[in-house]
Amino acid sequence: MSDPMMNDPTPKSRDTERAPDGRSRLLAALQSTGSRGQVMVAVLLAVLGFAAVTQVHANGRDDAYVGARQGDLIQYINNLSLASQRTESEITKLQQTRDSLRNDAQSRRTAVERARQQANALGILAGTEPAVGPGVRITVRGSAASVGTNQLLNGLEELRDAGAEVIEMNDKVRVVAQTSLSDASGGVRVDGQLLRPPFVIDAIGDPHTLSTAMDFTGGFISEVRDVGGKVSVEKRDRVEIVSVRNPSAPTYAKPAGTR
Amino acid sequence: MIAAIGLLIGLLAGLLLQPDVPIWLEPYLPIAVVAALDAVFGALRAFLDGIFDDKVFVVSFVSNVLIAALIVYLGDKLGVGGQLSTGVIVVLGIRIFSNVAAIRRHIFHA
Repeated sequence: MSDPMMNDPTPKSRDTERAPDGRSRLLAALQSTGSRGQVMVAVLLAVLGFAAVTQVHANGRDDAYVGARQGDLIQYINNLSLASQRTESEITKLQQTRDSLRNDAQSRRTAVERARQQANALGILAGTEPAVGPGVRITVRGSAASVGTNQLLNGLEELRDAGAEVIEMNDKVRVVAQTSLSDASGGVRVDGQLLRPPFVIDAIGDPHTLSTAMDFTGGFISEVRDVGGKVSVEKRDRVEIVSVRNPSAPTYAKPAGTR
Repeated sequence: MIAAIGLLIGLLAGLLLQPDVPIWLEPYLPIAVVAALDAVFGALRAFLDGIFDDKVFVVSFVSNVLIAALIVYLGDKLGVGGQLSTGVIVVLGIRIFSNVAAIRRHIFHA
């Protein structure tokens, strides 16, 4: 040990007996009353105890930054600002995600709305949806032998030309693009269903245009009259068509192109 | 006896007053306390060896504290305060351990 007090060439003990044992020397010192050396030691020990307790007390307090070095403080600040930068960029990213999700939801709702409208329009055209609107009711009277497919087909063509959007026969059969008509005994077979006279054709469209389309020289009315039948056209503000067709997926045809 | 009483008085004063450490002293106080502890254990060992001298103790106590504080101060100025504090603590710790070992041999003969 390089401690100066241990190499002291003139050791000085207050022990008069010069006890060889360190233990007995300590006990003797504890029992002896003060001397100058003891007082000095006491003062220094008091300072030490005071400082130690103060330090322990200060250390226990929650002020980690009070005595910190400048470099450490700069490090703390750097760490904090880095962390806040990271957090801020995180916040921005999350906000962007939220906005894009919100836009997504909005556009999806719009798309669904448009798809529903389109489905309704197509359903009406394809005959899979009931429809209601202004139109005409055409009643064709005549024997099944006289009025047949020829006249009815022409009549339906006239209605379509005049812009009829939905057509129904005898409140039973929805007339669409694929509808077929054929003569049958006692009536007309439309899409496999036998319809007997009188034939009632409901059509939704502009009532005036539809009724004039029926009534011109060589038109439907005169054609039916030629074979001995009778036609009455009734304009209506509200024609309700409830019969529907089962939709059938095309077997051969495929959509060409993406739209 | 008076030495032990002095230590007790110091501890009690610290506990009762609970003073705030001044900010300029804050980095040096822990090192100073450890250095003073080293001086005290060295003195106790010297006492048990029979070579204790109060003047030497006072000088070593004060110089230990001052040098420890000076080293830390220098380290702070050089930008290696933390590392130098650790180094001082390690050295003083080793000295305290060896001194305590000698004291133990004296008191317990083991």
